[in-house]
Amino acid sequence: MDSLSPPEPPRSEQDVVLGPPPPVRRIVIDRDPTVVAPPAANGNAPQARAGALGLASSLRRPEPSPGPKVERMRTESVSIAYGEKPAVSGVTLPVRQGEVLALIGPSGCGKTTLLRSLNRLVEITPTATRSGRITLDGEDIDRMEVTALRRRVSMVFQQPNPFPMSVFDNVAYALREQGSRRPRKDALYNHVGDALVRAGLWDEVGATLDHPALRLSGGQQQRLCIARALAARPEVLLLDEPCSALDPRSTQVIEELILKLRDEVAVVIVTHNMQQALRIADHVGFMYLGELVEYAPAEQLFGTPRQPRTREYVAGAFG
Amino acid sequence: MSDARVERILGAVACIVLALIAGMVVFVFEKAWPSFAHNGLAWFGGGGDVDLQLEDIFNSPANPSDYVYTLHAWPLLWGTFVVTAGAVLIGIVFSLLAAIFIVEFAPARINRVLEPVVRLLAAVPSVVYGLIGILLIVPFVGNHLISVERQESVANVVQLDGACLGVGVLILTVMIVPIMIAIVVDALRAVPGGWTEGAAALGVNRWRVIWTISVRTARPAIVAAAVLATARALGEAIMLSMVAGSASFAPNPIDGLTFLFEPTRPLASALVENVEGLSVVPFGETLFAFAAILLVSSMFLSLAGFAAKQPMRKYGVQP
Amino acid sequence: MTPPPTGISDGWPLRDRVGYCAAWGAGLTLIGVAAAIVIYMAYRGTQYFDLGLLLESPNATLNQAQSGGFRDPIVGTAILLVLSTLIAAPLGVTIAVWLTEYGRPRWLARTVESAVEVVAGTPSIVLAMFGLVFFQQQWLGFLTFDAEGGAVLGRSFIAAAAMMSLIALPLVVGATREALNAIPGHVREASYALGKTKAATIRRVLLPAARPGIGTGTALGMGRVAGDTAIVVVLLGATLQILNGGGGSVFGLFRGTGSTLTSYVYYNSPAGEGLAPEKAYFAAFVLLVVVILLNFVVTRIAHGKDPGWTR
Repeated sequence: MDSLSPPEPPRSEQDVVLGPPPPVRRIVIDRDPTVVAPPAANGNAPQARAGALGLASSLRRPEPSPGPKVERMRTESVSIAYGEKPAVSGVTLPVRQGEVLALIGPSGCGKTTLLRSLNRLVEITPTATRSGRITLDGEDIDRMEVTALRRRVSMVFQQPNPFPMSVFDNVAYALREQGSRRPRKDALYNHVGDALVRAGLWDEVGATLDHPALRLSGGQQQRLCIARALAARPEVLLLDEPCSALDPRSTQVIEELILKLRDEVAVVIVTHNMQQALRIADHVGFMYLGELVEYAPAEQLFGTPRQPRTREYVAGAFG
Repeated sequence: MSDARVERILGAVACIVLALIAGMVVFVFEKAWPSFAHNGLAWFGGGGDVDLQLEDIFNSPANPSDYVYTLHAWPLLWGTFVVTAGAVLIGIVFSLLAAIFIVEFAPARINRVLEPVVRLLAAVPSVVYGLIGILLIVPFVGNHLISVERQESVANVVQLDGACLGVGVLILTVMIVPIMIAIVVDALRAVPGGWTEGAAALGVNRWRVIWTISVRTARPAIVAAAVLATARALGEAIMLSMVAGSASFAPNPIDGLTFLFEPTRPLASALVENVEGLSVVPFGETLFAFAAILLVSSMFLSLAGFAAKQPMRKYGVQP
Repeated sequence: MTPPPTGISDGWPLRDRVGYCAAWGAGLTLIGVAAAIVIYMAYRGTQYFDLGLLLESPNATLNQAQSGGFRDPIVGTAILLVLSTLIAAPLGVTIAVWLTEYGRPRWLARTVESAVEVVAGTPSIVLAMFGLVFFQQQWLGFLTFDAEGGAVLGRSFIAAAAMMSLIALPLVVGATREALNAIPGHVREASYALGKTKAATIRRVLLPAARPGIGTGTALGMGRVAGDTAIVVVLLGATLQILNGGGGSVFGLFRGTGSTLTSYVYYNSPAGEGLAPEKAYFAAFVLLVVVILLNFVVTRIAHGKDPGWTR
């Protein structure tokens, strides 16, 4: 190509000495592309998984926790409708202690509604109706007192929602507002400390328990909400997309936390993020348009899904 | 027109209004001073019949050095305090409970009618309440609730007809409650849903959730409502002059229940009753002394309301 | 099937049950009292309903029960509303605009704010007293009724309206400030970027956008003005009929005295001279209708007011 020199700028009388204009840079467009070598194959059969997942193979699966998996909750043919619109149809799922159950599916498939039915939060919406049976340790949850149920089945929400109180008061809230007599602060101290340790937050806030909770960072607030949910020693912990509002570092911290907690509580997590389900779940339920399309251990659902819908979703055909 | 000039004109208008208002305040205090100066601290004390003292002041001889100023205004001050404090205390408790009812427990059908009616009642002129009071409630109290023995028990001090402290407090409470309910309901509804939902999910019953989360968050608004109501109660002249009594008497709590049936005349009502005599110099100055007390009280209230809102900011509660 | 959410269940501790019952008790009492007031006023108002009274002038005879209607008080209320709005609305908008858009120096702005708050909290009787003494000064005699003997009476519609406007002023200022603050910053920036001066921006962009808020504030102020009795009693006196104050028909009307619905009710009740409770009830009913209409206007304006800034 001819090199073009820039046009001379018009000179006027008052022109101060500007110096020569900078050289023109040209973009070279007719060079051969560089070829990047394909990755070397190794013997872990990641190719097969990559094929089914469409993902790179470097995700590490968690070690399954040892010990028997006690079934804590069970939904039997649960259907939920908001007025005329059905949100969940005929779902049957077990929830076991010692493992993480992940509910995945595209937006609007009913996974959050199903989660909220496990602690009867769906009742608060006036137009909601539910049929089917949900049991906690064998008891029908409809026959239980609803506040007693919610103490045994705790929930953490998508947006961190710490109360406008100090850190201590937040975690102690569930313990204080239970009975008629208000426990004294020193009696609560151990429980609060314990919950904060289990939530992995003690190192950061242990010295400043009286500071307002709203001054914590987003990740810390969400861990505070987890500590708050754990304070009353629930049997089941429900998590509704807990990391979707957080940065990757906080997400990682919370995922490690969940893996540590699964021996003490049964964990059910709703997530939009398939990689997250891969990272932490033992069993996965895939929902689509209110139906439970497939329920299987994580390796199986992501590796060799049986249903065609699952295969399409996992391969990223729709989301 | 240039910006600077417009700014100056607008600022000038604002300053003129400011000057007028400041001038009014200064004028009231200046006119009030002689009455305080002549009486000293005894102005606030008791002793003697206020009505008779006022009459003497009114009948002062025309010579300025012979002006009569003697006044012991305690009955008026006590009457103002009892009526205002009574109405505000009952009103706050009632408004808070009624607001909780509207926001949490009332069926939607009832709310659809109740809320507009409450807002309407907040706009009803005080003279209408006074009319209902004087034509309906005062005769009822006079004829049915005040027995002859009761009248005789205080006959040597004061006449009991239906116009009394009790009716004044009752109607004043009814007058200030609607606006307080409106303010508190708005504040309770403005509490972020994440907090109330989070609290419910922890297994806390409905009453506790409202009380410990919503009411706590709405505290600045409750304080604001209380301050507003107190200001309105202090300044209520017409209605109280119609129903609270025809004598400037200090109701005596030692009299037991009769305390409620004794007449009283708060400061603002005393002003309305006596305002025709404003042109008689010492009388007018005495009236301005009453006005000065009212002015100081309302200014103090605004300050107190502002100060009470500050501590809640630190926990993230917006006033 | 899901059971419907119950209000109270067995697990509640005693403290909470007491609270729950107290809330229900307060709610039911509120419903009862509200219903009683509404029904009673409607009953009495329609019981003494007489359209003719609206059109007749009151006669100042001893036996009020037999004589005259209250056309004059209605006209009086209307005059007062118009005059006080004419004073309060421009003043209130000016102050609000200065506070939100300019407001320098800061200490001055805060003082003006405090002054408006002081007026908002001042009892109307105090304002009335000040007004009476203020307008009784000799040099202001042209604004009030000419009494015999040359003394300045200090009472007239103008005097009353001036003091009433102070009652409406804080409401207009507050509503206008809220409306102006609700306009997002990018609207102002867009106007400045087009080269408009601040004054032109305020006049052409901000004030029209704030019109619903200004309307709300004005209607609220008018509601309070219509309902106030103390200022009327002091600054308009006890005359029932409208008396021209001298100096031409319209200006004389404003200089004159008269009555309004509120003072009419007051004087016809046992608190005034009145032995005509029937008329007082009906007048009170008319007054209530006026106030309800004004409040209805407020809710209408307030609900229609989102201009849709965010798209």
